[in-house]
Amino acid sequence: MFALEPLLETFQTGSGFWNPIIWVVAIIVAFLIAVILRGFGNKEYKKKTGQTQSFLSGNPEYEKEQMHIKSSNIYWGFTESLKWVFDSLKKMHTGNVSDYALWFVIVMAILFIVLIMGENLVGAI
Amino acid sequence: MNVADLIDLLLQHSPALIVAVPLLGAFITPLISRLNDKVRNIFVILTLGLTASLVFLLASDVFTGNIHTYIFGSQDLALPVVRILFEVDAMSAFMAIISVILSLVAVIYSWSFMKENTGLDKYYTLILLMTAGMLGMELTGDLFNFFVFLEITSISSAALVAFWTNKAKSVEAGFKYIVISTIGALFILFSVAMFYGQYNALNMAMIASAIQYTFLDKIALVLLIAALAMKAGVVPMHMWLPDAYGKAPSSVTLILVGTTQASLYGVFRVCFTIYGGAINLSSISVGWILVILGIITMLLGVAMAIIQTDFKRLIAFGAVAEIGYMLLGIGTGLVVMLNPEMTATGLAAMKGGIFHIMNDALDVGLLFLVAGAIYYATKETSLNKLGGLARNMKYTTVFFIIGLLAVSGMPPMNGFASKLLIYESTYQLNPILSIIAILSSIMLLAVFVKVFHSAFLGPALPKFENVKEVPKSMLIAMGAIATIIIIFGLFPELIINNIVEPAANALVNYGGYVREVIPSFTGGV
Repeated sequence: MFALEPLLETFQTGSGFWNPIIWVVAIIVAFLIAVILRGFGNKEYKKKTGQTQSFLSGNPEYEKEQMHIKSSNIYWGFTESLKWVFDSLKKMHTGNVSDYALWFVIVMAILFIVLIMGENLVGAI
Repeated sequence: MNVADLIDLLLQHSPALIVAVPLLGAFITPLISRLNDKVRNIFVILTLGLTASLVFLLASDVFTGNIHTYIFGSQDLALPVVRILFEVDAMSAFMAIISVILSLVAVIYSWSFMKENTGLDKYYTLILLMTAGMLGMELTGDLFNFFVFLEITSISSAALVAFWTNKAKSVEAGFKYIVISTIGALFILFSVAMFYGQYNALNMAMIASAIQYTFLDKIALVLLIAALAMKAGVVPMHMWLPDAYGKAPSSVTLILVGTTQASLYGVFRVCFTIYGGAINLSSISVGWILVILGIITMLLGVAMAIIQTDFKRLIAFGAVAEIGYMLLGIGTGLVVMLNPEMTATGLAAMKGGIFHIMNDALDVGLLFLVAGAIYYATKETSLNKLGGLARNMKYTTVFFIIGLLAVSGMPPMNGFASKLLIYESTYQLNPILSIIAILSSIMLLAVFVKVFHSAFLGPALPKFENVKEVPKSMLIAMGAIATIIIIFGLFPELIINNIVEPAANALVNYGGYVREVIPSFTGGV
């Protein structure tokens, strides 16, 4: 017989808990409220009138492709203010396979220092 | 022979069959291709379907606490003869489930996605070889055999990354992949030789029982962690990954996610099983190494993702960031493992890390399939040139939203449950780690919201006026993964109790793994 109880169990994380079913119910309730509220406003909506036209402060509307904000422009302020970080990260990604191998050697050297020399040093102290 | 006997027989031989079926299928595929393309596609799907059934059959038994061993060669372990031993515990079965699901979904997706391409007999042969290699890596209990399967996976993966030979960048990505894989594999082979020289053994359990943590063992540990971490795409050795993921066909990228995770499984198997007893003294340093690598991987992955404008390359960097979470979870488990006051925290971290392996495979996999669907429909991967596709590709848009929410760890998706476990446990180790992990998740959400806006929202672009929804086989593949994501998200307790916890326990209790081969072994609880 299929048991429903295991499916409805609250997930215990050790320090807290999480029940997605309650979350889903909350989302559905919020969605229903949104639909009802939308229903109130929808009566005012008139198709094919000025309501559906773009208004760009009186400026002419651009071509559709120009109206779309391109991927490169999204988060421009964030990436511009951290340009030095992103530039150094880009510089790190040379695309040269020799550099890829070099990073492997560097990581191996660090692991060697930490795991072997580090432990011997701690042991000596 | 009745059905129960047949199932018992299949269960008994399943560790061998799981690798043998796709391997044999790979060699038969070119012959079947001569008959008919449709017959070949059905044959490949059935082969992987059979493999998946065997994996689930084996997993159903292994998750109850049993460990399966399968010996190729002499059954008498005392005899010094060449033999290969497969050893399947819950962790191996957990990884095999991920691999086989990804492979099966990839071939269903390929039916339409690769339809226009030539050389598909080779394509499907390589996919089956890659799957066999990946499953072999996860099921074997022999370190040299692990290396062999790693090589099978690497060679077939490199050929598949470069499958679109008419594109120079695909060939370049394939070349980079094989160079990096070969370097990594050579160092793994070197460490295998070190073990063999010292302990006259290649079997993981035998090495684990005999290991003394000598200077050579420490060098072997460094080589194994570094090489497998590079194959897993851990920062700063991740740079091959966006190249390979970005330029391979999307169906191949989906399986590549599985191969990356098979390498990550190798890191965990080495740290917890082979060095399970010997590592006690230095588990804190090894654990902290994984934690630090995890944090760097997370931050750099997400930072690089935010500035990408190529759809698949962006997801690839997102995948790098996700690998950081798994390392963070497992590393935290290793750090606190020996502290009796933090046993529960350690186990929660391990469960979070292991659950995230599966969640990442599904979430990132779904996003790659969506990227492939968009490429299929528009022949475009630059986000700067895409826009307004939600109008023409409604189902694909829904699948992308599911993938977006899941990969960013948004409730109620599966990614949230595993990340919640990681946040909570790492908070108890050090709150800063948890804060960085949450920050990275927020940035991942920002990254994929950018993709959603760039590709799906905005005005309908004239050049995409005639774009249509992708064929059914691609929708079925995406829908299958999306369904699993939602089920895992809604019932995390069920999944964790039945699949994840046995895997975490198997990894921690290395003694059980060793005792299956050497019954006299007394360590490792």
